[in-house]
Amino acid sequence: MRLSISWIVASKDFKTFRRKRNLMYSIFILPVLVSALLPAVTNLMVQRASDHSAALTRLTLILPAFTFFYMILAGVIPAAIASYTIVGEKVERTLEPLLATPTTDSEILFGKGISAFVPSVSAVLAGSVIFMVLTDLITHGTLGYYYFPNWNAAIIFLLAVPLTVIMSVEWNVIVSARATDVRVAQQIGMLVIAPLAGIYVLGEINMVNLSDAGNLLIVAAVILLVDVLLFSLTRATFRREEILTKWK
Amino acid sequence: MIDTEGLTKKFGELTAVDRLTIHVDEGEIFGLLGPNGAGKTTTVRMLCSLISKTGGSARVAGYDVGNQADSLKIRGLIGFVPDNVGLYEALTAYDNLDFYGKLHSTPEARRKENIERFLKMLGLWEKKDDDVSTFSKGMKQKLALARALIHDPKVLFLDEPTANLDPEAAKTVRDFILELKGEGRTIFLNTHNLDEAQRICDRIGILNTSLRALGTPEELERTVKGRATVVQLEQVTEPILDALHGLSLGEVSVERNKVTISLADPEKQNATVMDAIFRAGGRVRSVNVVGSTLEEAYLKLVREKEEK
Ligand SMILES: Nc1ncnc2c1ncn2[C@@H]1O[C@H](COP(=O)(O)OP(=O)(O)O)[C@@H](O)[C@H]1O
Ligand SMILES: [Mg+2]
Repeated sequence: MRLSISWIVASKDFKTFRRKRNLMYSIFILPVLVSALLPAVTNLMVQRASDHSAALTRLTLILPAFTFFYMILAGVIPAAIASYTIVGEKVERTLEPLLATPTTDSEILFGKGISAFVPSVSAVLAGSVIFMVLTDLITHGTLGYYYFPNWNAAIIFLLAVPLTVIMSVEWNVIVSARATDVRVAQQIGMLVIAPLAGIYVLGEINMVNLSDAGNLLIVAAVILLVDVLLFSLTRATFRREEILTKWK
Repeated sequence: MIDTEGLTKKFGELTAVDRLTIHVDEGEIFGLLGPNGAGKTTTVRMLCSLISKTGGSARVAGYDVGNQADSLKIRGLIGFVPDNVGLYEALTAYDNLDFYGKLHSTPEARRKENIERFLKMLGLWEKKDDDVSTFSKGMKQKLALARALIHDPKVLFLDEPTANLDPEAAKTVRDFILELKGEGRTIFLNTHNLDEAQRICDRIGILNTSLRALGTPEELERTVKGRATVVQLEQVTEPILDALHGLSLGEVSVERNKVTISLADPEKQNATVMDAIFRAGGRVRSVNVVGSTLEEAYLKLVREKEEK
């Protein structure tokens, strides 16, 4: 497999993204909104707390949960872009001439992976920076120190988020292969976040300790495993002949 | 340059291409002519090693179609224009070509040279920085041709390149194809347009799932062009028709008082036909010998049921 070929495919997609402003807005708007909203909720909680210790208790519960929330975002964001880069090519019938070039299925698939991965991770990380800065400003008075950056945030943003984006991209490739409609593909693609949302809720109600680095590493490891498993499934879905004769 | 031997493709129960055996020489324009659903696209996709064959064998430029390792080589040597051109509408004409040049690992200098050369040949150079979404159908078809040529392929596969084009655009595309032949390229052209096949192909294969005829346009004309004798009678009666059928010279068809008998050699056989009609009591008003057009012959060939 030649990575240079994958990069050519991805660069082509990046070029089309520049023309598809709406697609880019739709990718960045959600993380930015969430990153403004979460600190706003934090702010409300701090102000409504009856005393300082109540405020502290609330913060130690919600800040790890809010940080974890970015993994859900990482699962959601790639749906739009992965379904666009793959279903989009299918709908515009641009896949056939592409498949007639001396490239392997893996090279094309990997290129598509890169073109979905880069903007998705960028969007989530851009959001995370806004979130961390705003949260620090809001909570510094109560905590007496800057909550971010911290090791848990590093594990989530730099390790678990990219792994989740990969999982979501892979899942969406598989879904896109079966879907004819970009919208339907996106919706089914969203299902990938169900387990993450489950963990998030458990964290909110204090059933899972999301401020424990060990727990976060376990979640990351499980996602890595899912990444590997989905990869072979993705490979099996993306075969020239089937794309041309079965993808309707 | 292209050889197939009993090449077959089945989609489940349906046989799309049945035991196709053809041979295309280097530098030749070969036309695969057939109606919709004849299996032309399927054939080309197999030859471009985009889909697998289910039977027979084929070689393109010496490489084995269906062999994993060879399929990459084949795709590197050929240029392909699918029936749906599949250009990136959000990219410029230049970027579309450049992308394909890169995928073929064409060196940058050569890539630039070819992009300029083909866009100029096709009258699209001024539009090189325009998004493809602003292009007309004809311009897109031309751009797709340029895209297929960017890496200097030896063999070109064109799937109905003039379908859906207005006559003028179709003519530019045809002239361009002839120009490419002049450069010594081998061209495999799918078409459902008999006139087009006759005009630009060196040899034509008529396909309707299986190969129905093969030869130069002249050869085809000679072999498939049927002739017939048309007899106007005062009245067509059963005994006359029985007598004509009894001769077993060719197909007999009736239209009001007109009987048409397909004949291999009307000049020699007319006497026998007239004799039979007179004996059956027929009264002749007029007799005409007609030649069916190549088009009629083609339609007949295509409609014929598979002969065992
Ligand atoms: N992916 C496919 N699955 C099932 N049948 C197919 C598929 N592609 C083509 N066919 C069938 O194969 C036959 C030949 O089709 P095609 O090669 O597209 O013909 P043409 O290009 O000459 O119009 C048709 O009957 C078509 O319905
Ligand atoms: Mg076709």
